[in-house]
Amino acid sequence: MNQDRRKFIKTVFHSGLAITLFPSGVLASEGGTANLYAFIVDTEKCIGCGKCVDACKQENNVPDNCYRTWVERYRIMADGRVAVDSPYGGAKGFDPVSGDEKPVKAFFVPKLCNHCKDPNCVQVCPVGATYVSKDGFVLVDEKQCVACGYCIQACPYGARYLNPVTRVADKCTWCFHRVQKGLETACVSVCPMKARMFGKVDDPAGPVYKILKEKRLQILKPETGNNPMAFYIGLDKEVR
Amino acid sequence: MHEIVTQGFLFPNEIHVHWSIMIVLYPYITGLVAGAFIVSSLYHVFDVKALKPIAKFSLVGAFCFLLFACTPLLFHLGHPERAFNIMFTPKFTSAMSGFGYIYLFYLLLVLFEIWLVFRPDIVRFAQKGKGMVKAFYTILALGSFDVSEETLKVDHKVTLFLAAVGIPSACVLHGYVGFLFGSLKSNPWWSTPLMPVIFLLSAIVSGISILAVMYVIVMKVRKQPVDNACLKSLFAYLWAFFILDVTLESLEVITMLYESHEEWHIISQMLTQKLGFSYIFLQMAVCSLIPLVTLGFVVLKKMKDTTRNRLGIICSVMILIQVLAMRWNVVIGGQLFSKSLRGLTSYAPTILGKEGLLMALILFAAPFVTMYIFNLILPLWEKPETKAEEA
Repeated sequence: MNQDRRKFIKTVFHSGLAITLFPSGVLASEGGTANLYAFIVDTEKCIGCGKCVDACKQENNVPDNCYRTWVERYRIMADGRVAVDSPYGGAKGFDPVSGDEKPVKAFFVPKLCNHCKDPNCVQVCPVGATYVSKDGFVLVDEKQCVACGYCIQACPYGARYLNPVTRVADKCTWCFHRVQKGLETACVSVCPMKARMFGKVDDPAGPVYKILKEKRLQILKPETGNNPMAFYIGLDKEVR
Repeated sequence: MHEIVTQGFLFPNEIHVHWSIMIVLYPYITGLVAGAFIVSSLYHVFDVKALKPIAKFSLVGAFCFLLFACTPLLFHLGHPERAFNIMFTPKFTSAMSGFGYIYLFYLLLVLFEIWLVFRPDIVRFAQKGKGMVKAFYTILALGSFDVSEETLKVDHKVTLFLAAVGIPSACVLHGYVGFLFGSLKSNPWWSTPLMPVIFLLSAIVSGISILAVMYVIVMKVRKQPVDNACLKSLFAYLWAFFILDVTLESLEVITMLYESHEEWHIISQMLTQKLGFSYIFLQMAVCSLIPLVTLGFVVLKKMKDTTRNRLGIICSVMILIQVLAMRWNVVIGGQLFSKSLRGLTSYAPTILGKEGLLMALILFAAPFVTMYIFNLILPLWEKPETKAEEA
C-alpha cells in the first residue's frame, strides 16, 4: 500500500515537473535568433517633412488609413499643456500652428515598429504567424495569420494594423525585402536630414555602430519589457 | 454607418476598434456555459437537492451555449478558414493557443455527461420507436442498451466523476477567457490579475441568472408550476456569487483610482465620457446596486413565493444585463483610449454585416433554438402525469 502511494506521488511529481517544464522548453525553442540590426531615430534632426511616411507607403503598398511608420508632432506650451498631432501619419507634412499658440518647445518624433528583442506580439500570436527571423526582424507570415487581432492589442506602440486588402495583421518590416538585397530601408533612404539610421549593430563602418556605442539613447515604453531595437536620440519625457 | 469621433491624440493605427461586438459576445456566451454547468454540478456533485428540477436543464443549457461559444470568434476572424491552425499549429507562448484544447476537452466532457444522464431515455426511445426514429435513437445509444439498476449505478458514478472534473474545467474555461485580457500588459484597462477572477464570478452569476429566467419562462409555456424551493436556492447562490463579483469589480477600479498611475487620467476620461452609460449607470449603479440589495431581501426576508420569484427574476434579468455591460466595458472600453494615453476614439456596432448587431442577435439566439430542438429529441422535462404517478 505504502509503495503504491509512493509510486503515485512519484508519478504526480513527475507529471507536475513535465507540465512545469513544458512551456519553458517551448520558450527555449525560440532560440537561434540574434538581434543583428538596430534602428536609430534622431528626434533633434527630424523636420516633419513626411517623406519617410510617403516612401514607406509606396514601397510597401500600405493601404489608406494604415501606417507602417508615422511622424508625431509635439508642441509643449508654457503652462505645461501638450498638443500632439499626426495628420495622415505626417505623410503630407504639418500645417503651421495658429498664431496665438506659443509653444515653448516643439519637435517631431518618427515612429515605426521597434522590432523588439522580447516582442509581446510574437508571444501572443496563437498560430506562430508573427515570428522573429534569425537576424532579429519581427515579421508576419501572411499565409499563416488568422487575423485574430491579438498582436494588434498586444503591441504597446500601436505599430500594427489589420490590412484590409490581405485581411491579416501587418506592420513595418524594416523593409526586410530591401535589406536582404543590401539596400537601406525606404524611409531611411529618403530622409533629407539623416534623422533615421539603420544598420548592423556590429558593423563598425555602418551608420548605427558608433551611435550605439557612444550616444545616450532612449527607448519607447521601457516599462513594458519588450526591449525595442529602435533607439531614440533626444526623446522628450512627453513621448510615449 | 457610425462616424468615428476622436478626441485628443491617438496613434494613427488606433482609430478603428478591432475587437467588435463579436468579442463582447464570445466571453458572454462562454460565461453562460460555465455558470450553467456549475449549477448542474451543484446538484450532481454537491447534492444540492433543491436544484434537482433544473439539473438536466442546466447541463443541456451549458452544452447548447458551449456549441456556439466559438461562433462569434469565427465571425470575427479575418481568415476563419484558418481557425483550426490554432489547434494544428499552436504557439504555446500565446495565451490564446490553449483555447481550442480547453474548449474541445470541455465539450467532450459535457457531451459524455449528457449522454450518460440521458441514456435511459435514449434506450427507452430506441426500444419503443419504429423505423427511422428507432434507427436514430439506436445510433445515439452507441450500442449500450443495458439499463439495469447496476449499470445505472455505474453511470451515476461516472456522471459524478465527470461533473466533479467539470467544475474546475468550467472554472479554467472562463478564468482562461479572463486571462486572455488580463495578461495583455500593453493595455492598462485589461492588465490586472483580478481579470480572470472577475470573469469567472461574472460567468457564474450570468449562468445562474439565465437558468432562473429560462426555467420560469419554460414553466409558464408548459403551464406547470415552478418549484419554489429550487428558485429560492438559485437566488441564494446568485446573491452570494454576485456579492463577490461586484466587490471585485469595484475593487479593481477603486485600486486604479487610488494608485492613480499615469494611465488613470485617460481611463477616468474613458469611464466618464465614453462609458458613462454602460459602465457607471448600467454596470455599477443600476444593475449592480439594485439586484444586490433586492436579492438580499429575497434571500433573507420571509415573503410570499410569488413575490420572491418575481423579485428574484427581475434581479436575474438585471444581472444578465450587468454582465453583458461588463463584457462590453472591458472589451470595447479597453480599445477606446489610445496607448499614447492622450486620446479617445469611439465605437458603435453596425446593424448589418458579419460583425453587426443582427448577426450578434442571431448567434445569441442560436443556443436557445438548439435547446428547443434538443428538447424535441430528448425531453428535458418530465410530463406532469408521470410526475403525478410517481407521487
